[in-house]
Amino acid sequence: MSDKYLILLLLILSLAIQTALGEIDFSGFTRYEARWFPNSAQFDDQFHGVQNSLTIEPEWVIEDDDHQFSFIPFARIDSRADDRTHADIREAYWLYIQDTWELLIGFNREFWGVTESRHLVNVLNQIDQVENIDEEDYLGQTMINLSLQKDFGRFSFYVLPLFRERTYAGHDGRLRSALIVDEDEAEYDSSAEEWHTDLAFRYSHYFGDWDFGASYFYGTGREPILRANSDGSKLIPHYDIINQFGLDLQYTYKEWLWKFESIVREGQGDTFAATIFGFEYTFFQFRNSDADFGVLIEHLYDNRDKTDAPVTALENDIFLGTRYTFNDIQDTSLLAGAIFDLEDESYSMRLEAERRIGDSFKVEGQLFTNAREDSLASAFKKDDFIQFSISKYF
Amino acid sequence: MPINNTSTHIKLACLLVTTVLYSTSAHADEDLEQKGYEIAARSDRTDRGFSDSTVKLSMVLRNAAGKESSRSLEMKTYEVQDENVGDKSLVVFDSPRDIKGTALLSHAQILDPDDQWLFLPALKRVKRISSTNKSGPFVGSEFAFEDFTANELNKYSYRWLRNEDCGDLTCDVIERYPRYENSGYTKQISWIDQTDLQIRKLDFYDRKDTLLKTLTFKDYREYDGIWRSHHFSMQNHQTGKSTKLSYSDYKFKNGLTENDFVKGILKRVR
Repeated sequence: MSDKYLILLLLILSLAIQTALGEIDFSGFTRYEARWFPNSAQFDDQFHGVQNSLTIEPEWVIEDDDHQFSFIPFARIDSRADDRTHADIREAYWLYIQDTWELLIGFNREFWGVTESRHLVNVLNQIDQVENIDEEDYLGQTMINLSLQKDFGRFSFYVLPLFRERTYAGHDGRLRSALIVDEDEAEYDSSAEEWHTDLAFRYSHYFGDWDFGASYFYGTGREPILRANSDGSKLIPHYDIINQFGLDLQYTYKEWLWKFESIVREGQGDTFAATIFGFEYTFFQFRNSDADFGVLIEHLYDNRDKTDAPVTALENDIFLGTRYTFNDIQDTSLLAGAIFDLEDESYSMRLEAERRIGDSFKVEGQLFTNAREDSLASAFKKDDFIQFSISKYF
Repeated sequence: MPINNTSTHIKLACLLVTTVLYSTSAHADEDLEQKGYEIAARSDRTDRGFSDSTVKLSMVLRNAAGKESSRSLEMKTYEVQDENVGDKSLVVFDSPRDIKGTALLSHAQILDPDDQWLFLPALKRVKRISSTNKSGPFVGSEFAFEDFTANELNKYSYRWLRNEDCGDLTCDVIERYPRYENSGYTKQISWIDQTDLQIRKLDFYDRKDTLLKTLTFKDYREYDGIWRSHHFSMQNHQTGKSTKLSYSDYKFKNGLTENDFVKGILKRVR
C-alpha cells in the first residue's frame, strides 16, 4: 500500500519537475562484455578462462536556462569476480547556471589534464580500478563546486566532503596483486577518516595556441599506500593527507599537439614531483584517404619516495601510441599503445578497436599484454586478456 | 634606315598595343575581382545583426549504394561584429546515441587556423584539437570541416564571372578562392541571387581543380531580415555519396553571450 503511494508521489513529483523545467532527457547504454584470460592464473582462488559481465549506465538530465539536474547511476554484474559486481552514482547533481558563474552541488566527475598515457593532474575523482586497470574509470565524487568565468580565465573552487575508497579486485578476480587489498580495514591520516572534507582549486584558460591549467588539492589523497598486515595475509590501504600542485599545458600548432603535465605532492614521505611530456602528431587524410593517422609519444617521470609513497610502475617510462581513425560513417577506430620501462626494458601493450553497428550499437575489442617486470605489474604477468563487448545506446 | 624606321615603328606600335591590352585586361581583372567581392560582401552583410542563433540539424548520409545513416545535432552561433574576427559556434550531437553529448566548440579566425575544442562525454574530457584538418570529412559526411567553418567573407578572394538564371531568379556567378591554409579546394563557384542576395549553389573544385562536390541551398526563410536556408544538399560527384542537412527550430537573439562559448562550459553541454 505505502509502496503504491510512494510510486504515485514520485510520479507526481517527476511530472511536476517535468512541467516546471521542461522535458527529461533520457539516454545511456547497456553493455555485454566478455574477457578471456588465455593463461592460467598466477594466484590461488583466481578464476580461469572467460569472465562475462553486464553493465548499465542510464542518464537522466533535466534542464532549463538556469538549472541542470543530472542523474547517472552505474552498475556492473560480473559472472566470475565478486568485487567487480558493483554499483556507483557517477553523477547526481544540481547545477545553477548564470552568465559569469556556476554552482554545482552533488556527485560529479571532473576531468583535468591533457596527456594520454597517465592522468597525473586529474585528482578529484577516485579511480574505479575494478572496471579497468587503465585508470580511466572514475567513481562519482560529492562536491560543492563554484566556477567563475572571467575574461582572463575560469576559476573553479571545490569543497569535497565524503572520500571514496579505490576499488580493488577481490580474491577471485584477475588483475590483482598477490595479496588481496582489504578495503574494510582502510586507514587514514585524518582522524575524520573518510569524512575529512577536502579542498581544491583550479584555474584554466588559453592564449592563442596555448591552453593551460593550474590546480591545487588539499585533503585525503586518492592514491593509497598498500602495506601488508602483521601476519602478511593481506594488504591494508592507507590514505594520506596530501597537498598537491598540478600544472597542465598544451601547445597546439598545425598537426602537432605538445603536451605537458606535472605535479608536486607533499604528504607521502619526501615531497616529490612527477611529469609527463610528449606530443601527438596527426597525419590528416593519411595517404589521400579519409582516415587520420596519429602518432603519440610521451615520457613519464616520477621521483616519489620508495618507502613512504604509493608504489608506481611509471618512474621512468616511454609511452608509444598510434591512433587510426577511419572517419567513416561507422566511426571505426584503432588504437595501439605500449609503455616501456626505460630501466628494466620491459613493457605492457594494449590494442583497442571500435566500430558502430547500425545507429545505436557499438562493438569494441581490446587486447592487453603485459611483460613488465616491476613488482607492481608483474602481479599481472599471467593476466594478458582479450576482450570483446557490444553496447546498446539509447 | 626606312626599314629600320619601320621596324622601330612596328616595335613601338606592338609595345603600345601590348601595354594597352595588358593594362585594360589587368584593369578588367581588378574590376571583376572588385565586383565579385562587393556582391559577396553585400550577401554576407544581409546576415549582419542576427546576434546569436540556435538551430536543430538533422543530417542524412547516403552512400553510393543508397544506404542511409543519420545524425542529429544542435548548433549555437554567436555573432562577432568585427569582420576581421570570425563567429563562435558550438555543435552538440544528440545522435547516433554513442556519440551523444559530444561537442565541438569553434572560435573562427579569418586567415589563422580556428581555435577548436572537442568534448568527449565518456571521459568528460575537453581536448583542444588541431584545426589544420580543414578538408577532412565532418562525422563521416560529405561536408568537410571547412564547409562549416569557412563562411567568413574575408576567408576568400573573389572574381565575378557572369549573370545566369537560377530557378526563378537571376544569379551572379562568382568564383572564390580560399585565402586560408590547408584548404582542400582550389576554388569554389557560388551562385548568389540578385533579389534576396542569398547563396543558392556552390561548386567545389578539389586540389586537382576538378569538380568534386555541389552544395545546393533550398527552402530559404526570412526571420526579421535574416535569411536562412533550411535544406542543404551536398552531392559528391566523384564518389556518388551525398549528405542532406535539414534545419529546424531556428531561434535568433536568444541573449547568448561570449560566456556561452568558452571551453569551461563544454563539460555541462548536453
